[in-house]
Amino acid sequence: MAFPHRPDAPELPDFSMLKRLARDQLIYLLEQLPGKKDLFIEADLMSPLDRIANVSILKQHEVDKLYKVENKPALSSNEQLCFLVRPRIKNMRYIANLVNADKLAGRTRKYKVIFSPQKFYACEMVLEEEGIYGDVSCDEWAFSLLPLDVDLLSMELPEFFRDYFLEGDQRWTNTVAQALHLLSTLYGSFLNCYGVGRCARMSYELWRKLEEEEDSETKGRKPEIGHIFLLDRDMDFVTALCSQVVYEGLVDDTFRIKCGSVDFGPEVTSSDKSLKVLLNTEDKVFNEIRNEHFSNVFGFLSQKARNLQAQYDRRRGMDIKQMKNFVSQELKGLKQEHRLLSLHIGACESIMKKKTKQDFQELIKTEHALLEGFNIRESTNYIEEHIDRQVSPIESLRLMCLLSITENGLIPKDYRSLKTQYLQSYGPEHLLTFSNLRRAGLLTEQAPGDTLTAVESRVSKLVTDKAAGKITDAFSSLAKRSNFRAISKKLNLIPRVDGEYDLKVPRDMAYVFSGAYVPLSCRIIEQVLERRSWQGLDEVVRLLNCSEFAFTDMTKEDKTSSESLRLILVVFLGGCTFSEISALRFLGKEKGYRFIFLTTAITNSARLMEAMSEVKV
Amino acid sequence: MDWDLKEELRDCLVAAAPYGGPIALLRNPWRKEKAASVRPVLEIYSASGMPLASLLWKSGPVVSLGWSAEEELLCVQEDGAVLVYGLHGDFRRHFSMGNEVLQNRVLDARIFHTEFGSGVAILTGAHRFTLSANVGDLKLRRMPEVPGLQSAPSCWTTLCQDRVAHILLAVGPDLYLLDHATCSAVTPPGLAPGVSSFLQMAVSFTYRHLALFTDTGYIWMGTASLKEKLCEFNCNIRAPPKQMVWCSRPRSKERAVVVAWERLMMVVGDAPESIQFVLDEDSYLVPELDGVRIFSRSTHEFLHEVPVASEEIFKIASMAPGALLLEAQKEYEKESQKADEYLREIQELGQLTQAVQQCIEAAGHEHRPDMQKSLLRAASFGKCFLDRFPPDSFVHMCQDLRVLNAVRDYHIGIPLTYSQYKQLTIQVLLDRLVLRRLYPLAIQICEYLRLPEVQGVSRILAHWACYKARMWDETQGHLDEDVARAINQKLGDTPGVSYSDIAARAYGCGRTELAIKLLEYEPRSGEQVPLLLKMKRSKLALSKAIESGDTDLVFTVLLHLKNELNRGDFFMTLRNQPMALSLYRQFCKHQELETLKDLYNQDDNHQELGSFHIQASYAPGERIEGRVAALQTAADAFYKAKNEFAAKATEDQMRLLRLQRRLEDELGGQFLDLSLHDTVTTLILSGHNKRAEQLARDFRIPDKRLWWLKLTALADLEDWEELEKFSKSKKSPIGYLPFVEICMKQHNKYEAKKYASRVGPEQKVKALLLVGDVAQAADAAIEHRNEAELSLVLSHCTGATDGATADKIQRARAQAQKK
Repeated sequence: MAFPHRPDAPELPDFSMLKRLARDQLIYLLEQLPGKKDLFIEADLMSPLDRIANVSILKQHEVDKLYKVENKPALSSNEQLCFLVRPRIKNMRYIANLVNADKLAGRTRKYKVIFSPQKFYACEMVLEEEGIYGDVSCDEWAFSLLPLDVDLLSMELPEFFRDYFLEGDQRWTNTVAQALHLLSTLYGSFLNCYGVGRCARMSYELWRKLEEEEDSETKGRKPEIGHIFLLDRDMDFVTALCSQVVYEGLVDDTFRIKCGSVDFGPEVTSSDKSLKVLLNTEDKVFNEIRNEHFSNVFGFLSQKARNLQAQYDRRRGMDIKQMKNFVSQELKGLKQEHRLLSLHIGACESIMKKKTKQDFQELIKTEHALLEGFNIRESTNYIEEHIDRQVSPIESLRLMCLLSITENGLIPKDYRSLKTQYLQSYGPEHLLTFSNLRRAGLLTEQAPGDTLTAVESRVSKLVTDKAAGKITDAFSSLAKRSNFRAISKKLNLIPRVDGEYDLKVPRDMAYVFSGAYVPLSCRIIEQVLERRSWQGLDEVVRLLNCSEFAFTDMTKEDKTSSESLRLILVVFLGGCTFSEISALRFLGKEKGYRFIFLTTAITNSARLMEAMSEVKV
Repeated sequence: MDWDLKEELRDCLVAAAPYGGPIALLRNPWRKEKAASVRPVLEIYSASGMPLASLLWKSGPVVSLGWSAEEELLCVQEDGAVLVYGLHGDFRRHFSMGNEVLQNRVLDARIFHTEFGSGVAILTGAHRFTLSANVGDLKLRRMPEVPGLQSAPSCWTTLCQDRVAHILLAVGPDLYLLDHATCSAVTPPGLAPGVSSFLQMAVSFTYRHLALFTDTGYIWMGTASLKEKLCEFNCNIRAPPKQMVWCSRPRSKERAVVVAWERLMMVVGDAPESIQFVLDEDSYLVPELDGVRIFSRSTHEFLHEVPVASEEIFKIASMAPGALLLEAQKEYEKESQKADEYLREIQELGQLTQAVQQCIEAAGHEHRPDMQKSLLRAASFGKCFLDRFPPDSFVHMCQDLRVLNAVRDYHIGIPLTYSQYKQLTIQVLLDRLVLRRLYPLAIQICEYLRLPEVQGVSRILAHWACYKARMWDETQGHLDEDVARAINQKLGDTPGVSYSDIAARAYGCGRTELAIKLLEYEPRSGEQVPLLLKMKRSKLALSKAIESGDTDLVFTVLLHLKNELNRGDFFMTLRNQPMALSLYRQFCKHQELETLKDLYNQDDNHQELGSFHIQASYAPGERIEGRVAALQTAADAFYKAKNEFAAKATEDQMRLLRLQRRLEDELGGQFLDLSLHDTVTTLILSGHNKRAEQLARDFRIPDKRLWWLKLTALADLEDWEELEKFSKSKKSPIGYLPFVEICMKQHNKYEAKKYASRVGPEQKVKALLLVGDVAQAADAAIEHRNEAELSLVLSHCTGATDGATADKIQRARAQAQKK
């Protein structure tokens, strides 16, 4: 469904401004190094950069050759080198090696490092330790928000998830706060703020501080965005771990959508070439099916094909003049549509081939059983078989995590045996993966009573002051229980259905999971927006283990028109899935809201698991 | 003058700052040899003679005094040291003019002002010049030698041309110009002949003009570039003048020089006559932008050229529009009809606008409020008859005059003229008030002029707070806490006030505790942290940095701590700050692996230590022995962490590694780093069934896994015979459906059918459908009377071939429903 919005739904702000800003800044930075230069780009930045400035723009600003930052010596012969990198220590060492090699060879060149979205002190320190701090000039490209679509902004920071939720590294919260600050400067301040999660709270407070520091300038702007909701990914791992069955999610799970575009291989394009396709509202066909449950997509596409044929057929019986009109005006559009249609049909076929096998249905069945909490034993056996058959390391891990979270941890016997089986199947190095998963609370053991580790209890004994109080919370969050079952009951996440759930005419957000489960994250947002506060949700918040980190901040006077109040910015810290986006788009359509999504990165179950995996070097 | 001078001015070193600045006096005991034992007193007065400071001079002999542009007193000592004092006699700093000066002593010194700041020029005993153009940013410059200079020059001065400071000196009848590199002889154009020596020279305030006084009593006036003569004058007095200064107004065409002797003062210019004044008292001249200040024991006067506007208005029988307007207004006040006549006269000439402007301008130059008032009243009266006269000039003049009158007040003592005030700007004036600790007046001025808070009131409050922080100390019974609170009460959250600046000031005078208290009020943690670090309160800095949420800030503190503390203490500190700890760990992971290990060790974090060693065992290029050793360490750590599972798993991994190594040696091929499952599979695929089974037993591979494994491997080999043998070895723990599936995957329908028959009843229908036996599947389904199975079979019925089967199912369904 193209989600025809209610007539009273507000207009979306124009986010293309963000792109222009980023482009202008980049050009400015490139001009800072006049003359011909070679540009070294970090692999992760290539796709985002491509969305901002293509090669010809770079060439216009005297970029000569483009290189990828990788562990190979660079063969650039240019006198000026420019590095466009994320602030990572690894990159600093790469640059240092390059510069030091030049020094050994007695060569002097100009080096410039552009950090995106910001530089970190640690990076500069490494440059200093390597003895090249004086040889390079550093700059920041504050490109933190990439509009992937009219309603979707991504920070393209997939490492946020691991850094924050696994390593406890808060370095990116400041970046989030600055991104929010940028939004509020451009589109007006946010009137009502809600959030849940430790990181949400921190980012929010940092953002407020930024606002206070220079409030005089932004105050004049009329607010466009009525509400902002910040949500930590660890509030809801379940939704992110489920298999996606909405078209866009499914395409992401199957082909991996990268920075808003996807590489369709030969099996989809039915030619011998791969094709890179941009997936967004511009793609008329995609726009109509992106939020659809997969079971409807094929029917829709064939209907569309018939319509298209009919339009082509109109040619017959046209006179010359009409024909001229047709060719000059409609044909191009039809051809375009035709091309897109065949692509998506190809993609559907490819997905069907992979997913409609028996295996996939069993998998979905198991997932649903886990969500609903029945036949746990059977599901556990299924997972074991899954591991024994070496179906896929990531999938097996995902199912184990799903089982653990929905069941508040595995019972000790299963915990051991599943892990043993897993190590035997996929290699012993995953011992580290399990340690990571335990730390992040994704795969834990049901333990009676004493859940605090030695360190944690020592810490809690040592600290008394306020700042340290927060820390003990952070620690206990490591060992926290997910309480999924109780939350599910409280928030009615498993809809009771009499008869078949009609996926063609969905009744609630559960349609994104075939009617079996309403995504927890979306439900929380729905409930809070309905109440305009956390009132009455105390129990849920307690079960989520974040009584301290749920907050609301309302402006006193609600003078602004209801128009802007219906525009809602949802910030996912640690990534969001396309299913969640689809669900909220559906909610928006039902209630006359318009959602804007800001995420640190688009994620899905596989990405989540990969972030936690320790893979051999 | 308010001062009560004990000494004669002539016995003192005198320095008066321009722009109505303060006056410093130092009785010069070094000139007369006898009274060297008495310590002289350095006294500082405001321009109105109010004492500001008085202190005993304890350092060496002073050659010259001078004020910098920041109103700091520079005292140049004989040994070349320059001591800097504040307005209130507080010692600020000192600097030296270099070794050469130290050796040769200072003969003479001048303090001069350029656009860069204030400079010092020194003439040493060796008759060389050393110069620094800006004492704020001290760069000493030794000027080139003057050829043949045997004795001190008769007079010299500093010039500033093209932003470079030069020195002009006179030796006998010759003039020399020194710049950085060269010494060139110069001759002023049109100089009268017969000059054998120059006695005095004077440069104008703006460095544009130069005046030379010769031993013939002749005065040459020209441009400072010595390219043009403006005029000359012969006063016929051959005695060397005490002082000679320019007295001219910017942009005025009149040039005049004031020359003072002991009892005579003469104003000479481009006129055959001079104006002479008799000096009753010992006087001192201070050159100003637009005139000369003359002060003595009892008086302080200002001599300047009468501004054009004032002249026009007050000239006797002036018919200038301004004069008429003033007259008109006076008549109007007397309710005389003459007012109208005057007004009409101006209007007829169309000069009313001009008249108003003249009055406003003239008011600016008046020092007496009643004159100012009457001129402004006249202007305002004239304004009434004008359409659309822009009110700005009038309003601003009123405001400016009010400010000027306030600061000219006796108690404040800053006698600024309007032109000086405009040149100085209000910002600098405020600074000067602050410097004189006249905070209330400064704030009133800010409020009166409605200056933006950040530039105005807050800035002054911040200065006030800094002063308080410095001055209120515990000896006076002010507790740090009270001071901090008092400052906060006054300042509140005034925008633009930086508490960290105030705290820095407090720390600067050694009041660390107060600084910390003040920092509490600083809302920006980023500002708190650097100062805390400077004060060596690193731990407090760390918690502040953490509160700020800015990881860069935390990291800065961490590095600081790392250098400051020994390793043990550093780790202990980290342990109490988990946020900092994880940040540092992240850094170590990438940059200092050894430190990471130490960190875990310190914490007795055996779990992480184990993980660390496991990670190490995968280091590229590590030999097998090293890897096993690393794993052993890891296993030990896991035991200590009471994580038996991980320990066992690690031990298994060690066994597996050794075994894989052996397999590679014995069988060849690639085994290392395969998982257990893959190792067994590889063995089966390469036909080493025995070994495979041995391995499975050794590592206690569960039956189910083994069956899956073998099944897949044998099917991959397409060893159907072995597969069948295997299937019959015992009852399959995974059922027989997987056999069917795997055969079909290899497209071996024949083999698949064999196993289909052995599939258990629940999965029979599925298996039969898989091998494509729809008819039998239908039979089975009917037999089971299972609705779901029936429809499954039905969905597989395609085309004509299965027509009969479909019918059969439909019939069975119908029957079932009947029952």
